[in-house]
Amino acid sequence: MRILKYRPSRLALNAFKNRQELIKAGLTRRDFFKLGLLTGAGYLVAKSGLSSRAYAKDGADGGGTALSPPTRSFVEPMPIMPVKQPVAALSPAPTIAPNTAAGEGRTRAHQAFTQFPPQKLYTRVAQPTSLSMSPDLPAQPVWTFDGSLPGPSFVAKYGEPILVRTINNLPTDNGGFGKPSITTHLHNGHTPSESDGFPCDFFEIGQFYDQHYPNVLAGFSSTHQPNGDINESLSTLWYHDHRVDFTSQNVYKGLAGFFILFNQFDTGDETTGFRLPSGEFDVPMMFNDKVFDPATGLLAFDLFNLDGILGDKFLVNGKIQPFFQVHPRRYRLRWLDAGPSRFYQLFVTDPNNLSAHNTFFHIANDGNLLPKPLQVESVRLGVAERADVIVDFSKFAGKSIFLENRLQQTDGRKPGDVLAAGQGNNLVRFDVVLPQVADNSKDPATITKFYSLPSTAATPRVTRTFRFERVNGQWAINGQFVDCNTTRFTVQKNSVEKWVLVNNSGGWQHPIHIHFEEHQILSRNGVATPANSVENSRKDVTRLQFNETVELFFRFRDFTGPYPLHCHNLVHEDHAMMLKWEIANVGDTKTQP
Amino acid sequence: MNLKKKVGFIVFALFPLAGAYFALAANPETNRSREAIRAQHFPDVVLTTHEGKQVRFYEDLIKDKIVTINFMYTRCAEGVCPITTHNLVQAQQIIKERVGPNRVGRDIFMYSITIDPQHDTPERLKHYAEEHGVQPGWLFLTGKPEDIEQLRRKLGFVDLDPELDKDKSSHIGNVRYGNEALQQWSVVPGMAKPEVIATSILYADWPKKSAQVK
Repeated sequence: MRILKYRPSRLALNAFKNRQELIKAGLTRRDFFKLGLLTGAGYLVAKSGLSSRAYAKDGADGGGTALSPPTRSFVEPMPIMPVKQPVAALSPAPTIAPNTAAGEGRTRAHQAFTQFPPQKLYTRVAQPTSLSMSPDLPAQPVWTFDGSLPGPSFVAKYGEPILVRTINNLPTDNGGFGKPSITTHLHNGHTPSESDGFPCDFFEIGQFYDQHYPNVLAGFSSTHQPNGDINESLSTLWYHDHRVDFTSQNVYKGLAGFFILFNQFDTGDETTGFRLPSGEFDVPMMFNDKVFDPATGLLAFDLFNLDGILGDKFLVNGKIQPFFQVHPRRYRLRWLDAGPSRFYQLFVTDPNNLSAHNTFFHIANDGNLLPKPLQVESVRLGVAERADVIVDFSKFAGKSIFLENRLQQTDGRKPGDVLAAGQGNNLVRFDVVLPQVADNSKDPATITKFYSLPSTAATPRVTRTFRFERVNGQWAINGQFVDCNTTRFTVQKNSVEKWVLVNNSGGWQHPIHIHFEEHQILSRNGVATPANSVENSRKDVTRLQFNETVELFFRFRDFTGPYPLHCHNLVHEDHAMMLKWEIANVGDTKTQP
Repeated sequence: MNLKKKVGFIVFALFPLAGAYFALAANPETNRSREAIRAQHFPDVVLTTHEGKQVRFYEDLIKDKIVTINFMYTRCAEGVCPITTHNLVQAQQIIKERVGPNRVGRDIFMYSITIDPQHDTPERLKHYAEEHGVQPGWLFLTGKPEDIEQLRRKLGFVDLDPELDKDKSSHIGNVRYGNEALQQWSVVPGMAKPEVIATSILYADWPKKSAQVK
């Protein structure tokens, strides 16, 4: 009954009430703007009694709506998730066919179990958990994997297949939002369909589901037998709930974590291979924005939102605006926009030198190492996109600097403009206060090559076009909606396809995710992807921006079965902006499926 | 106390969903979050059904029930309204086939609220319902324009673009579905296939129990 102990700040309550009054009066956001109550950045003007921001301490900034109670910034350390440990055995032992009698929710047999027998076994329990997101808020009733938010980080190796048993121990009582019926997707895994975490493969309370991850390179059975194409190596993946119609609620409630893959080049040891910062200097960082009820201080979810949910509190690894103490050396930071809807443009900001251009190295797009490191000043992320970067903190020894999101966003459907330094939202404060230590990683400026990009010269067997649109408030792809029972088109195994994504609107943007095989962006509005740009890379999420036509190159290999294509704005995907396609030995040639 | 217990038992025996409500009612945190959802989304305004009956939106239509809610108007001659109504008629039939004929109208209800309340009298709505072959367990609702507008906003059937929002023909065509006692809410497009609509609505049915992990 911690709730009873929690006393919301009178000022926050007043701000909330004032805002409710304005909404009750029938004022739209445009009206707010006209009245001068809303700034260009979409924040309610910091006016006494109107915005809780007016009372926040320096650096404590909200965004979107001034709704949540005030919280202090940078008073708690950034959590580092535990590394998931295997178990000696599973009972009952994993089976190729679904073990329905024992309570397994899987419906299709493992297709590659014999070829890639699992060498390590894991259990992952989805469960209710109470934990703190800020010292200024009560303990939050959330859903986690294994009691950790984000979930524990899986660390896997190519050539070492594993099996993960997920157990649904969620309660019937959801506390206001969430569906205790789940399916866990391994995002960007080269995973057989039945282990992918397909949105319609959900299972219920008390059931379990075995997912077999072969950890094998794409092309092992066709273009690059027997071991696959090294240039298709993946490194930063993540896992998250994908329950059809309820993904946004379940992920917002906590069901997400990282999954890291290493190989003989990206080794997890900074003295070998590509010599990337490793161990405690290799840090996954999950970004979320959330809203908290001003009356109770508890996590709130806007159940009836159709367009996209924006939070006014920024969390990194489950804490609101934490600090992170670092040594003056290079770190590999694995950044992930875990939604629900916000876009980010991330900069490293020195608060005492706002005019400085603090560059860092972008080394992986969507967890896939680029042809070589690129020096950048910022990174743009849509929901589910990842960026691995190398930041050299030795330049900032003794200082405190911020990771700042300078992208303004005032509605859940689209990002706005990039703000000036110091005008955005600080996500985390890096305190470069720890002692000097050895740095055996290689200076990314001297790394000339990671992997080559797989060739896109092959002629596509078929070119398919997908229009992402809105019909009477309903998010649609080619005028149709998600349907678990209808396969919209079938791709032929071992073939090349070109997919064209079209957004005819200037009113919204969509981060489009395609499961299983990665793609390369050939062009945006007819302009070829420039060499030496971060988009000259392998992707699994492509941001479809205003009035854009984007061409993607795919090569489909190795496994068969259904996979989805969908918008990864979690609210859009729950509102039917998804389709089911399939890989089979014989494909079709539908051009506008 | 005894009476309450007895009533609870009878309700539990007759209505599985009400049983869920009694089980959850013991938890003060559940009551708080249910109350928060009610306060935010379900104003207890008085509406009139196509059968001419006065009902309160939350107390009579939403509380303890599995429901679908959509907005329509009888003069919406083409596009989203007739398609959605047609799809929902078929979805209602599919639901009956899947969960048995007695659940619809007992703990599963469908509601269509007119956004043209000045024109859509109960008589016109009744005519519309009959014309479309609507079966019991589905109410068409009208009311005071300001109450309807409040409902539309509270239920999130609003376009962020104020110009589009004013245009009735571009109204939001989604069907909200949910289980009030279990606090499970989502949406399905009214223009999706009836089969898909029925499947989604039944996601809000009591979570399926199955064998425990050994």
